[in-house]
Amino acid sequence: MTTTLTPVLTRGWDEADSFTLAGYQRGGGYRALRKALAIPPDDLVQMGKDSGLRGRGGAGFPAGMKWAFIPQGDGKPHYLVVNADESEPGTCKDVPLMMANPHVLIEGIVISSYAIRANHAFIYVRGEVLHVVRRLQEAVREAYEAGFLGTNILGSGFDMELTVHTGAGAYICGEETALLDSLEGYRGQPRLKPPFPAVAGLYACPTVVNNVETIASVPGIIERGADWFADMGTEKSKGHGIFSLSGHVTRPGQYEAPLGITLRELLEMAGGVRAGHRLKFWTPGGSSTPILTDEHLDVPLDYESVGAAGSMLGTRALQIFDETTCVVRAVLRWSEFYAHESCGKCTPCREGTFWLKQIVARLEKGEGTEEDIERIVEISKNMFGRSFCALGDSLISPIGSSVKYFRDEYIQHFEHGGCPFDPAASTVWAGQE
Amino acid sequence: MTQESTGWEPEAREALERDAKEIMARYPKPRSALLPMLHLVQSVDGYVSDTGIEFCAEMLGITPAEVTGVATFYTQYRREPAGEYHVGVCINTLCAVMGGDEIWRSVSDHVGVGHDQATEDGMISIERIECNAACDFAPVVMVNWEFFDNMTPEKSKGLVDDLRAGKEVAPTRGATSVCGFKQMSRVLAGFPDGRGREGVQAGPESLRGLELAKEKGWKAAEGEAP
Repeated sequence: MTTTLTPVLTRGWDEADSFTLAGYQRGGGYRALRKALAIPPDDLVQMGKDSGLRGRGGAGFPAGMKWAFIPQGDGKPHYLVVNADESEPGTCKDVPLMMANPHVLIEGIVISSYAIRANHAFIYVRGEVLHVVRRLQEAVREAYEAGFLGTNILGSGFDMELTVHTGAGAYICGEETALLDSLEGYRGQPRLKPPFPAVAGLYACPTVVNNVETIASVPGIIERGADWFADMGTEKSKGHGIFSLSGHVTRPGQYEAPLGITLRELLEMAGGVRAGHRLKFWTPGGSSTPILTDEHLDVPLDYESVGAAGSMLGTRALQIFDETTCVVRAVLRWSEFYAHESCGKCTPCREGTFWLKQIVARLEKGEGTEEDIERIVEISKNMFGRSFCALGDSLISPIGSSVKYFRDEYIQHFEHGGCPFDPAASTVWAGQE
Repeated sequence: MTQESTGWEPEAREALERDAKEIMARYPKPRSALLPMLHLVQSVDGYVSDTGIEFCAEMLGITPAEVTGVATFYTQYRREPAGEYHVGVCINTLCAVMGGDEIWRSVSDHVGVGHDQATEDGMISIERIECNAACDFAPVVMVNWEFFDNMTPEKSKGLVDDLRAGKEVAPTRGATSVCGFKQMSRVLAGFPDGRGREGVQAGPESLRGLELAKEKGWKAAEGEAP
């Protein structure tokens, strides 16, 4: 094994008070903030660029570049909005991060806000995680009390407010412009881009929207240096990232490693696929990324290599499914999800997900035909790239990739007159009764 | 089924106006307060009532139709009263495959109501929920949006029985006990209940990589001296 784990964000999670200010400061917390406030903001933006940090919310856009897009001296308020609406199926890294260490996020927010000259930041957290909301509220209160938020932070003359804003159940609000509309008090529907949020974001002002893990990575970069971060990972996918293993794996959980680690390496660390079974298919980065198979165990999990393998790194949400799992059932459930979560604003996504869901349901029941398989591929092609946002493209990922790798399994369903798999065999408790 | 307008006592309404103004003051523009205000309405009525819609509209100077348009977009806002304990069973692909579908069937059969319905005693409502960001703990059940990890059909039925019996129930990762739907909604509206320090910092699954790294002596490089 060549790659080893590199706990940076997950370091300290095993201490019972890791979420408190005292616990965070014991491990060196808020030292980076003190250091950052003595550095000119533009130099911090440059450090962000030099580190090679790319957005950890799925798209992988260079964070430093996003910050640099914010016009300076424009006389308008600037905003930082943290996307904590973690909802992509399979993705489960930001929620444990905010539960175990909300302060690293807050420290990253203050540094990043100072860098882009924002005086008000927001954490848009999904509403379906009550205890995470509590932890954030409590940490923000502690940070204000300690003088890390509010006026004249650490005597620097920099002022900022931080508001925890709770969503109300809408996957689409993870899309950054839908999130902004939602934060403004509207239905969370994506905006047509351009203009991008850096020009006209929250309240039509320059806004940076970054994922939780992205912002939480900032204090480490400031404290240990851009080179330290850039020395981890691969040439174009630098740094550490949390890899979330779930499903049919012996020890599911969070594994923080340099980008470029492989699933083979991660599976070995996690005790392999559950005993007596073998890998059938997996998602590299959530349900919006095309599924891969056991052919792809050695693909380096970085943006470029996963892209070259026909998928996307996404959120490093590695959902592992063994040979007991029906791929058509999996795709049907994802189809129902995207149809449910389509915001309805634009036609290709609203209609496409609606019809795909029904055709896949027919196929799953064994009532489909080979023409239906062609039809879902054809509809997917018509949807691709034709929606306001990526949601319309997302459902195409599991559909196209499942037909590509498991076409025979679709056919088996209508030859068999139904699903040939026993769902009981896939459960956690299979064979234990 | 449409609900009668609940109407609020003048004192209760005054308190809510103070709360709403506090929420509005958190934002550069008051309309941003709408989502938290709808949670606030649910903290009083247990759902988004007509009175609540009119209240939000009045406070923000927008029309009830505009408020309704927003409220109906988000699944957490309910148009009918939630149970005291709102139970969500994750049926997105991963949880479903790991046993969530079976859990859903057994819970639904056990309490005798379906998706988005409440029991007659008003204690339990159940919902088929989408991915709740806890896939390494699959199958996952939520009660008033607190985590119940690594569930089974038996454990889930027992959980629902305990809730109906009024027993104190502790989530796997959350406060020491599950609070009621209305109390939860008030926290989501941005009024802390002081329980953020309760419960574990992380579940065992969240620590798996860290523990392995410690065991093997794996670390990230140190980098520059602070």
